Amino acid sequence: MPSPLRTLSQKVWDAHLVREEAGAPSLIYIDLHLVHEVTSPQAFSGLRARGLKVRRPDLTIATTDHSIPTSDRSLPILDPIAANQVAQLDKNCKEFGVPHYGVHSEHQGIVHVMGPELGFTQPGMTVVCGDSHTATHGAFGALAFGIGTSEVENVLATQCLLQRPSKTFKVQVDGTLKPGVTAKDIILAFCARVGVGGATGCVLEYAGSAIRSLSMEGRMTVCNMSIEAGARAGLIAPDETTFEYLKGRPFAPKGEEWDKAVAYWKTLPTDEGAVFDRTVTIDADTLEPMITWGTNPGMGVSITGAVPDPSGIADALDRDNVEKALAYMGLEAGKPVLGRPVDVVFIGSCTNSRISDLRAAAAVLKGRKVDPKVRVMVVPGSMDVKRQAIAEGLPEIFREAGCDYREPGCSMCIAMNGDQLQPGQYSVSTSNRNFEGRQGKGGRTFLASPLTAAATALAGVVADVRSIL
Amino acid sequence: MIPFTTFQSRMVPMPLNNIDTDQIIPARFLKTTSKEGLDKNLFCDWRYETDGTPKPDFILNTPRGQGAQILLAGDNFGCGSSREHAPWALTQFGFRAVVSTSFADIFKGNALKNSLIPVVVSPDVHSKMLGLPEDALVTLDLAAQTLALPDGTAVEFAVDSFSKTCLLEGIDELGWILKQTPAIEAFEARRVLSVNTLG
Ligand code: SF4
Repeated sequence: MPSPLRTLSQKVWDAHLVREEAGAPSLIYIDLHLVHEVTSPQAFSGLRARGLKVRRPDLTIATTDHSIPTSDRSLPILDPIAANQVAQLDKNCKEFGVPHYGVHSEHQGIVHVMGPELGFTQPGMTVVCGDSHTATHGAFGALAFGIGTSEVENVLATQCLLQRPSKTFKVQVDGTLKPGVTAKDIILAFCARVGVGGATGCVLEYAGSAIRSLSMEGRMTVCNMSIEAGARAGLIAPDETTFEYLKGRPFAPKGEEWDKAVAYWKTLPTDEGAVFDRTVTIDADTLEPMITWGTNPGMGVSITGAVPDPSGIADALDRDNVEKALAYMGLEAGKPVLGRPVDVVFIGSCTNSRISDLRAAAAVLKGRKVDPKVRVMVVPGSMDVKRQAIAEGLPEIFREAGCDYREPGCSMCIAMNGDQLQPGQYSVSTSNRNFEGRQGKGGRTFLASPLTAAATALAGVVADVRSIL
Repeated sequence: MIPFTTFQSRMVPMPLNNIDTDQIIPARFLKTTSKEGLDKNLFCDWRYETDGTPKPDFILNTPRGQGAQILLAGDNFGCGSSREHAPWALTQFGFRAVVSTSFADIFKGNALKNSLIPVVVSPDVHSKMLGLPEDALVTLDLAAQTLALPDGTAVEFAVDSFSKTCLLEGIDELGWILKQTPAIEAFEARRVLSVNTLG
């Protein structure tokens, strides 16, 4: 007999059980399926080969974000392979009746930015996308996770997935963030604490006063990187902040439907006394800005800290891992990252390209000049973010400071579109992955917050934003 | 799907922890719209110099890396993105199993859907396997869920029971879900009465 006390993620799971059968995984229903150009073409081909339709085009939306240039959108895409992929998504969406916020749509954007901002993502939903950062949508109290292309095909055809429940893992963050410390630092600290595989097999729930005080955009930053600790998903209980954010968004419920929805959403938070399989606590009061030094997101330290010394690591494979990371990054054991020259600063990605991220960076850059040796790219997450930024005069601030302010997309987060580091170059990046070559073959990435990125842009070296606040 | 059968093979050791999907198949090769041709870029940035010449000391460029069907990798293999291009590239290269002490969740699911068996062994067994001679042959029996080592020991491993049945009997997962259509329709009928989803 299962405990009657349930966590948020268990409640969402239970509400979506279509069928259970002994020996098989549960069949769960998907409320929202987000599609992009990279992981969907083979799935649409699969449907075509079987003569199947998209079961619920009304619960499916597509956008184009990964492969497209972030330069002038009126020009054709020069890379013929990328152009073909982008055209393919357009064609697939037309053929199967899926709404597509494509390159020329006024709502185009990174899938995990445009979905929430249009109000598609709502509390209590199941959300999937052929993309591991789907965890972002967990910020609304949705059970949201990344799937592979075979599963994209399954969801297109049946609106369902076969899944086994994950373990529950609570991340309790209490206290008050100090000036210069952000949502990004919370999640980088968590990844550093448990390691890149530390939450494998788990669904996280972030709780505590520091999480409650975050804006929805800050919460999305936290949930976004759940996968960087190996978690399937990361959720935050919906509250007034969530409802406030959603109210009036184009696809949020309206009128009586809104009231009904809010009443339901209020039943979702984890029951008092429900048991998690594991809990970790993080003290927000003592948290410092974080930065990664290595080649996975779990390799992070506080900005004033030193990179580890592999000679002190007992396990041979763990030691090799650190040695290899330091060699790739060209860093010396035991030294700080602070003060290292960088070539590029990238402010963007589904982790940190929302309006509040741009505002934070602009506040640091306003009236100042970036170091002329550094290329500073600012890439808004969506057309809606772009418009809002214009309304607030942010592009002028970035341009006057010497930044390259670009069109919305994934850009140098994944370096598929030509925005990339050259071999050996260093970046401070607000994105989510510092794997070898992630931002361009041979490129070296330090992950940090938009504040740290902006401070670094001014100094030309990895900088502690607190020194200029 | 072709039913999965027992096989015997040498192993290709790649004793690194946290081998991520950007190493298995870098993102710049994901602009393709087909599943084919990914094997030539498997581990591309470890395998080739910038000018495209093979790096002679990378294991896949040595005789040991040719023709083997088992990759013996370090902990948390396949972390990172959800790209199914990773198991496509590995299977096209000829791998039918990856042995490690753990796997990232999405990679594991993707692998099983492509007849690539993620085999989790204990750290002790892992070290022992890394110490085996180069020509050691290992037999993978999915039905018995065992890896038979040259000294005769059979190492048991866990595998999702449903995936195992699908692999052994060649059952197609989407076909299986499509048979549940009445249950899906019933669920959709129930849901209309609950909360409205998309405005
Ligand atoms: S911004 Fe980066 S992590 Fe986010 S969806 Fe795009 S490529 Fe993936």
